[in-house]
Amino acid sequence: MSTSGSPSAAQPRNRTDQRAEVLLGALACAVLVLIAFMIVFVFVKAWPSFADNGLAWFGAGGNVDEQMQNIFNSPADPSDYVYTMHAWPLLYATALITGISVLLATAISLLSAIFIVEFAPVFMQRLLRPVIRLLAAVPSVVYGLIGILVLVPFFGNHVISDGEKESVRYVIQLDGTSVLVGVLVLTVMITPIMVAITTDALRSVPRTWTEGAAALGVNRFRALRTVGIRAARPAIVAAGVLATARALGEAIMLSMVSGSVGFAPNPLDGVTFLFEPARTLAATVVDNSEGLSVKPFGQTIYAFAAILLISSAFLSFAGWVARSSMRKYTLQAR
Amino acid sequence: MSTHVQVPPPPPAQPLGIPGSESSWSRGDRLGVAAAWGAGILLCLVAAAIVLYMLSRGLQYLSLEMLVSHPLPSLDQSQSGGFFDPIEGTLILTVLGTAIAVPLGVGIAVWLSEYARPAWLARAVESGVEIVAGTPSIVLAIFGLLVFQQSVFGFLSFTADGNAVFGRSFFTAGAMMSLIALPLIVGSTREALQAIPAHVREASYALGKDRISTIRRVLLPASRRGIGTGITLGMGRIVGDTAIVVVLLGASLQIEPENGTPIWGLLKGTGSTLTTYVYNNSPAGEGGAPQKAYAAAFVLLLIVIALNFAVDLIARGKEPQWTR
Repeated sequence: MSTSGSPSAAQPRNRTDQRAEVLLGALACAVLVLIAFMIVFVFVKAWPSFADNGLAWFGAGGNVDEQMQNIFNSPADPSDYVYTMHAWPLLYATALITGISVLLATAISLLSAIFIVEFAPVFMQRLLRPVIRLLAAVPSVVYGLIGILVLVPFFGNHVISDGEKESVRYVIQLDGTSVLVGVLVLTVMITPIMVAITTDALRSVPRTWTEGAAALGVNRFRALRTVGIRAARPAIVAAGVLATARALGEAIMLSMVSGSVGFAPNPLDGVTFLFEPARTLAATVVDNSEGLSVKPFGQTIYAFAAILLISSAFLSFAGWVARSSMRKYTLQAR
Repeated sequence: MSTHVQVPPPPPAQPLGIPGSESSWSRGDRLGVAAAWGAGILLCLVAAAIVLYMLSRGLQYLSLEMLVSHPLPSLDQSQSGGFFDPIEGTLILTVLGTAIAVPLGVGIAVWLSEYARPAWLARAVESGVEIVAGTPSIVLAIFGLLVFQQSVFGFLSFTADGNAVFGRSFFTAGAMMSLIALPLIVGSTREALQAIPAHVREASYALGKDRISTIRRVLLPASRRGIGTGITLGMGRIVGDTAIVVVLLGASLQIEPENGTPIWGLLKGTGSTLTTYVYNNSPAGEGGAPQKAYAAAFVLLLIVIALNFAVDLIARGKEPQWTR
């Protein structure tokens, strides 16, 4: 792409120019320094929480909210700080909500990208562009507001039956703030990013490739599915990574909509399990940001942030690996 | 008459496939097409529902008075004022965040596209920007709190008696906000720079200009629109972000400047923005004033839509035509 990366022979060099290069390079390195700082700072701050619990930190056991309460109320003497934390319900809720919404969003975005590229009438194509831009631009707090004022009461009063409420009465109260509402709103939030990237990628698949498939007697849908989508795989992976990162980090909307109880929804409850509340890591951090100044509590919260930081960094790395392994027979993802 | 051959109507928008091959549609494929239509229509319906719902609620609850009156601490909704301060807060934070992000972002993009030496460093910076883009804003927020509570940064926010730095102010929130706008600015500036053909640079070198003057006089002016798009997208992100404001702006109802010089004191002070106003007045916050939340969310949505419109306007502008 860039033809200017290497210096050409004709190019004059002087002092000012070299100074500018160093200055701009330093600016760029500042980003790396910042990231290093971020990782070191957050981990150093989070370390006591991890060190005190060991691997049990990631395990299940006890009530997370009670544990957090105990940490918050720990004695003032540093040697008596309480750190006991078994964060499994939060980790599980994060994985559950993120996973389901990314799967849903992938399906919807692939279908709508195929629709936009191949099947949509011109007016629908024109309509969908601003629609997707709009859906991507709506702030998460607005999604959260609609979720908590419209969807949550609707699900609480009309969708979740009394029988379902009764069936888990001794464990958890169902009031509409649920995994399901969280997943639905989150899917709406991340789908547009994926649609935009996938559509771009499908458009840039050379026409001759899909035409070649069509010439073999395959219909339009199958040509797109077998050739177009396959050629666009790196971009689809990139879109998935971006969407997952957004879903992982979504704090405000989920803290409004999916309930602020550190509860691990039990799949054994059947469909009801989707109606049970759950709180993700990011939502936990936002909900408890007031307590950061209490030392052991703050360290626990930073431990949650450290997990988020690691997962999002790992995610970009995994996306990069997946893309480069697919690069051989597919379009280049930018 | 009999020689007249009936010409089939031209296929609309050149569909793929051999004419007559439509019989190869299996049931699964038909289902797939139906699902594709369904997905497209679903997206339109969701967007329409959100816009219409917010429009009706906004028009129902918004009044001019809310826009110009200060929020007041009161449980009675008729006494709790409007959201002039949050609007002001959003404005200050957006300007501040953008002001920090633009020089950084443009500088990084220029370095990545024009210098990028050594190559490994360029690769690292590139993935660094990607990691910043992927970091959840709530993580950035509490990282910011950690950094700005160090006593070195005491001059940026309120310092309590025991030398404890509060760490929450427009400065600190703006600095972290600039990080969420940064990747967007880097991305679109870089794209614009790379779209300029090499011979334009070579023409400038041939006139005896060095690299940096070429960048300043030729490349940056030519990529103005890309930079503009990046800035506007970045502003959209800043306006819509809640997590950083919740953690780093102190969430005081009204804007509370620190003592001292007027503007500096304001930036050192705490406040709130439209997003936190909506959050705190929703059932999730303590306020419990859904009407005010709806009204503020409507204003927020209008701002975001206006920014999107601005992106379109910028993109529609006249593109420099390079002869190839």
